[in-house]
Amino acid sequence: MKNSLGREIPEQIPGIGRVKAFAGAFNTPPNMNRQAPKVKSVRPTDNKVMNSLAEVFAKIPVTDGMTLSFHHHFRNGDGVVNMVLATAAKLGLKNLKVALSSVFPVHTPLIEYAKAGVVTALDTNYMSGPVAKAVSQGLFSTPVVMRTHGGRGRAIECGQLKIDVAFIAAPAADDYGNINGVQGPAACGSLGYAFPDAQYADYVVAVTDYIVEYPLSPVSIPQTRVDYVVKVDCVGDPKGIVSGTTRITKDPVGLKIAENAAKVIQAAGLIKDGFAFQTGAGGASLAAAAFVRKMMETDNITGSFALGGITGYMVDMLENGLFKKLMDVQGFDLEAIRSMATNPNHLEIGADFYASPYNAGCAVNKLDAVILGATEIDTDFNVNVVTGSDGFIMGGSGGHADAAAGAKVTIIVANLLRGRLPIIVDRVLTVTTPGQTIDVLVTERGIAVNPLRGELKEKLLAVGLPVKDIEELKELAERIAGVPKQVKTMDEIVAIVEYRDGTIIDVVHRVEG
Amino acid sequence: MEVKLRRSMLFIPGNNPGMLQNGGVFGADSVILDLEDAVAPTEKDAARFLVANALRTVDYGCSEKVIRINPLDTFAAEDIRIIVPCRPDAILLPKVESADDIHKALAMIAAAEEINQTPVNIIALLETPRGIMEAYGIAKAHPRVVGLALGAEDYTASLGTNRTREGTEIFTARSMLINAAAAAEIQSIDTPYTDANDEDGLLMDTKLAKQLGFNGKLSINPRQIDMIHSVFNPSSSDVDWAEQVVYAIRKAQAEGSGVASLNGKMVDLPVVNRAERILYLARLLGLIEEGKE
Repeated sequence: MKNSLGREIPEQIPGIGRVKAFAGAFNTPPNMNRQAPKVKSVRPTDNKVMNSLAEVFAKIPVTDGMTLSFHHHFRNGDGVVNMVLATAAKLGLKNLKVALSSVFPVHTPLIEYAKAGVVTALDTNYMSGPVAKAVSQGLFSTPVVMRTHGGRGRAIECGQLKIDVAFIAAPAADDYGNINGVQGPAACGSLGYAFPDAQYADYVVAVTDYIVEYPLSPVSIPQTRVDYVVKVDCVGDPKGIVSGTTRITKDPVGLKIAENAAKVIQAAGLIKDGFAFQTGAGGASLAAAAFVRKMMETDNITGSFALGGITGYMVDMLENGLFKKLMDVQGFDLEAIRSMATNPNHLEIGADFYASPYNAGCAVNKLDAVILGATEIDTDFNVNVVTGSDGFIMGGSGGHADAAAGAKVTIIVANLLRGRLPIIVDRVLTVTTPGQTIDVLVTERGIAVNPLRGELKEKLLAVGLPVKDIEELKELAERIAGVPKQVKTMDEIVAIVEYRDGTIIDVVHRVEG
Repeated sequence: MEVKLRRSMLFIPGNNPGMLQNGGVFGADSVILDLEDAVAPTEKDAARFLVANALRTVDYGCSEKVIRINPLDTFAAEDIRIIVPCRPDAILLPKVESADDIHKALAMIAAAEEINQTPVNIIALLETPRGIMEAYGIAKAHPRVVGLALGAEDYTASLGTNRTREGTEIFTARSMLINAAAAAEIQSIDTPYTDANDEDGLLMDTKLAKQLGFNGKLSINPRQIDMIHSVFNPSSSDVDWAEQVVYAIRKAQAEGSGVASLNGKMVDLPVVNRAERILYLARLLGLIEEGKE
């Protein structure tokens, strides 16, 4: 069957079952059933502290075919996923499903566990590094499910991602299972992506190298959902967990794009008191934030909140009164951690609160503007952030499709030419985010406005911004770099790309090599 | 009065393909593809090749295409031989010290030009005390010399002093260059502000340059272009004033007088000329609608 974007989707997918085709960003209602997690009980004298992961595996017990979940707040410094899977392998477990919110190069051992049949399914929102490459080459016989950050929260709440055991990497915990992310040697800040797992998993295990006296404070994930606490030597490498200060890009082309993105927000009339904003943590996204900040300072504007992944730059804007609140689902640096630990206006929010489409309102719906990236965008404004120019998986939506759907104005910033390749194509290899939810593309050689947003185009033209048709920009790029050949893929499906509402927006095919 | 705008002239390193390709996106009035200081001696041939191909293939939009070649006593001959047939708009000739330097360069340029090629102009970069002393002769050396530009780093080094944020040490050079260019009725372009991170300094320095009489400023970073333009563009109060002047003088002329008065100040020919220059620039930049005055 074809979905509403004309993408060919199988009706049945082996290992996954019947799927629903994407039918537009807001057209598929939920089935209204909510997953009910198990009732838990402990006696006053029960002890939650376990001496090893093996002991927890035995106690639960973890059995073949279970779904084990993990968060990705430790990014490339994570030690917990590998530790848990090593335990599973040692105990001879098979056919496990790993539900890890994002996969990084540090998770390379997953490849060996997959080849050995320990892990036979993967559910994630983002993949980079050797695992992503191996998945593209057919590592799993069951396609990997790739969701959005909000969609994962939805899938857990709605019972489509049923978690047997959530292993929560815990920077700090007490002996009764209270957890936070702001203390201990592996402090990572917000634990937002673990909130749905903690709420809905049958079993919740805190894995920590830093146990404090009861009661821990502050509490991010409460004792009432946590069954066991395991003390290990080291949960992760702080160098891979927090970055240093991300610097604003010095690349003049990146700065030009960032400045024009800020001008688009201004021209749309959004830079006024109460402004709500999300931008990425990369150097170019931060540059856009810097230009927005200058406009806010010039006009003496106090924004409402900044959302999403939080960096020191956003903390500085909070502390200088440019925003009243930060809503933090993921912190990127030490400043973000310090701020969340000390500033009551720096709020820690869960993935579902952040972006799930099926609750009584998520934070992205309150956004005025979001600035996002793209590896490819097509003339219908559909965006790919899953596969690269070689067809291999090199990313994933994360919050991309969520923020795009929620914000009043969604801006894609991208160099018109990425290396030797035009960024605009007739048809993206993989759709991550539907064009219906993308309003503006800003490149160094012009700005394209989605024809659905005619009134916005008028506003940009009125202030003299270099607005062009997206086809015109595409031709401009092709005049310089030519038309790249389409990547050849095989029939085999290695991943399905789920839209935030649970429908299938696209599939990723196997790549040769 | 038909003058090419040179509010900003942006240096692009001639050995950086990415920057050469993107040089046109920053909106500078001129791009200067640089074969001299940005390029190490061992890289000159590669840069020359890149710049030649950039001239043939890259669309620099509205930006004038200027090439800074190497000085006459180093690689200038080879640069001119390769670059000129690729049809740049102008050559920025470094370390010019005399009218004779202009004639030498012009002879080579003329020899390299193809039939039917639009003549390649020269902008003379004055970077030595001698060059400053000879400024008027250089400016008048040939009609193809369309501007004088100041290179303050080498100039200051020759004086044995150092560059300051305030630019006290180059005050004389600036004034002499501006005066020579104005006397020869060509443009004067100020030295770049080299601290790309100091926006306040750039603003101060550019305002000073405009006040002294420069027509534009060299730039070493694309981030500087918008600010340089904002200084050299006529302000809305400038435009209002100019419109009032033109109205006042026309009214006076209609009444048979060559002199008018605006807010108690005399409006005579120099004032009118200044007002007309502002209006010309404003129209060129789309700051006022055509026909409205």
